[in-house]
Amino acid sequence: MFKYLKQLTSLVAMVAVLFTFTTETMAAKKSKTLKNTQKKGFVRCGVSQGLPGFSNADAAGNWTGVDVDVCRAVAAAVLGDANKVKFTPLSAKERFTALTSNEIDILSRNTTWTLSRDADIGLTFVGVNFYDGQGFMVRKNSGISSVNDFKDGVSACTNLGTTTELNMRDFFNSKGIKYEPVTFEKADEVVAAYDAGRCDTYTTDKSGLAAQRIKLSSPDDHIVLPETISKEPLGPVVRQGDSVWEDIVRWSLNTMIEAEEYGVTSANADSMKTSDNPAVKRLVGAEGELGAALGLDNDWSLRIIKQVGNYGESYKRNIADTGILPDRGPNELWTKGGILYVPPAR
Amino acid sequence: MNIKKILPQLLTLLAVILIFGFFSYNAQVNMENRGITFGYGFLSQESSFDVQFSLIEYDGSHSYFRAYLVGLLNTILVSVIGIIFATIIGVVVGIARLSNNYLINKTAAVYVEFFRNIPLLLQIFFWYFAALRALPLPQDTEPMFGVFFLTIKGFFVPAFVWNNLDIFIYSIIAAVISIIFVRIYAKKKQENEGIQTPVLSISIGLLLILPILSFLFGGVDASVEVPVIKQLSQSGFTYDGGIKLPPELISLALALSLYTATFIAECVRAGVQGVSKGQKEAAASIGLTPNQVLKLVVMPQALRIIIPPTTNQYLNLTKNSSLAAAIAYPDLVLVFAGTALMQTGRAIEIVSITMLTYLSLSISISIFMNWYNKKIAIKEK
Repeated sequence: MFKYLKQLTSLVAMVAVLFTFTTETMAAKKSKTLKNTQKKGFVRCGVSQGLPGFSNADAAGNWTGVDVDVCRAVAAAVLGDANKVKFTPLSAKERFTALTSNEIDILSRNTTWTLSRDADIGLTFVGVNFYDGQGFMVRKNSGISSVNDFKDGVSACTNLGTTTELNMRDFFNSKGIKYEPVTFEKADEVVAAYDAGRCDTYTTDKSGLAAQRIKLSSPDDHIVLPETISKEPLGPVVRQGDSVWEDIVRWSLNTMIEAEEYGVTSANADSMKTSDNPAVKRLVGAEGELGAALGLDNDWSLRIIKQVGNYGESYKRNIADTGILPDRGPNELWTKGGILYVPPAR
Repeated sequence: MNIKKILPQLLTLLAVILIFGFFSYNAQVNMENRGITFGYGFLSQESSFDVQFSLIEYDGSHSYFRAYLVGLLNTILVSVIGIIFATIIGVVVGIARLSNNYLINKTAAVYVEFFRNIPLLLQIFFWYFAALRALPLPQDTEPMFGVFFLTIKGFFVPAFVWNNLDIFIYSIIAAVISIIFVRIYAKKKQENEGIQTPVLSISIGLLLILPILSFLFGGVDASVEVPVIKQLSQSGFTYDGGIKLPPELISLALALSLYTATFIAECVRAGVQGVSKGQKEAAASIGLTPNQVLKLVVMPQALRIIIPPTTNQYLNLTKNSSLAAAIAYPDLVLVFAGTALMQTGRAIEIVSITMLTYLSLSISISIFMNWYNKKIAIKEK
């Protein structure tokens, strides 16, 4: 019985492979994800369950943040309207499964780019929209001013299922400190437990610490230690195997960063069509046929800049003006001493 | 063999195989398309994450399989604690609901209605964050009996440091075996000669004397290690030494017991009320004492009604313990289906192992309870 089943399945498989092969060659030029997105009329975007500055919903259900703006940029490029995005809040645990099982098409959820994630589990990272690093928050009255002040028996609250858990172990092991990890599934519980005094320190990405600090009962009683114990390049992720869609998301992000570099903003984008600089003209679609290579029209980048703004505007609106991290640090353009450097759009 | 009888069964089997075949084939194709590999080899890899609380020796240099065992043992621990306390509270409340005393009766009724009608997850959050709010910081705590310290960072209790622990354990095993023999002997004696032996006091005596002998002559020795306060920073303290029970374990066990106890209380009440009044009257009329009426007539019949639904409650409690992930108690779901799944990305493998594990746990409990149920069932002669 099982012998026949095997033969039957291989027959079914052969037919299926043949069928997909023939349809695939015709659709190869046009991405499946792009086609589906255009058919649905909205971009399916996975975000966090609430991290101010990155992806956070207000009382009316409007999402804002730099991670949210990546999805809005893709929507502006592909559908012509930055508001045509369906946001799905995901926990750290759910995020990759949601992407690989086709529930969402972009995961823009302060996710660290690592080799194993990129290569092993069917994902592709398209770039970095925030350079971060892991830090520690402690109570001011503890007198701790550096990570070297931690002692054996320290308890550390954090989120489960993140690179944070691994970095924490590497860090405490390298210092020879015995510690107690207390890991929660949701960030709100981490904050509540640390606030109540369950843990001596709260560790996560420094941007996260800055954003979550405002949720504490008295934010001024807590400080973030100066040391950064890891590299956390955060960026949007797509499914492996759809290179056209991957390119669209990558170059939507790159367009925002390059627009800042050339001084193109949401306010002056239209007037830049007559700029003397060919690079600027290409960026706003007045020269060249860059959109066609992505299967889009030529105004795709202009729409991103006009509707979402350049990277600097997005950062200022979401992170600087909200008081989370007024200092851009490494997230400044390479021309201004930061490390934001994107390949040229040409 | 009748073809009419076999054909429907064959068709059902075929349908089941086809459905499973379709799903596994579908998963295989999709995983291949997305470049995801499948395999259980990761279980032997180094896990590289730590766990807060573990019954066996574990740190990040151990394998993922070891992490799985840590989670499994923690799940079993909280389930066993929960089942014991839920049963005790449930029986007490169930009997209280049958009381003729208005106050006791109504208090029990209010307790049952209140706790079984609030979602369990909310109760877990309530007990956890209520505990965190109510418990003192390590430096402010008042010791109980000088050696127990209940703080926000956990319940610190003294630990025993043993010499020749194995001999002590053998003495207890020896005591248990002799008690079994005494019981068999007592039963025979009653059947043959009609004389009752005080089995209970003999059992207690054996259980005390043999371990004491092991202390006196077996070289067994235990000393107590009391937790001591330790300063971590200007404002941060903890306790060192002894055994630490994390607040997550305590509040989870509390929430699970209080919630499940309400259902067990109802089972107990139904069971006792299910024994007809005539049985008690008949038992009294043949001269049994009230204690004997309860032990020999009412309880054996009530248990037959109580056991099957209570088994369900034990299974529920075990499965509900997976809500632990919400409050950072490192159970199977948090450690294995949480952190390990995230670090390896092997969703299908890990979820399948986790499902099989819960299935085996539940089946073990129900096999045990079915055995017990059969043991107390009516034996027709």
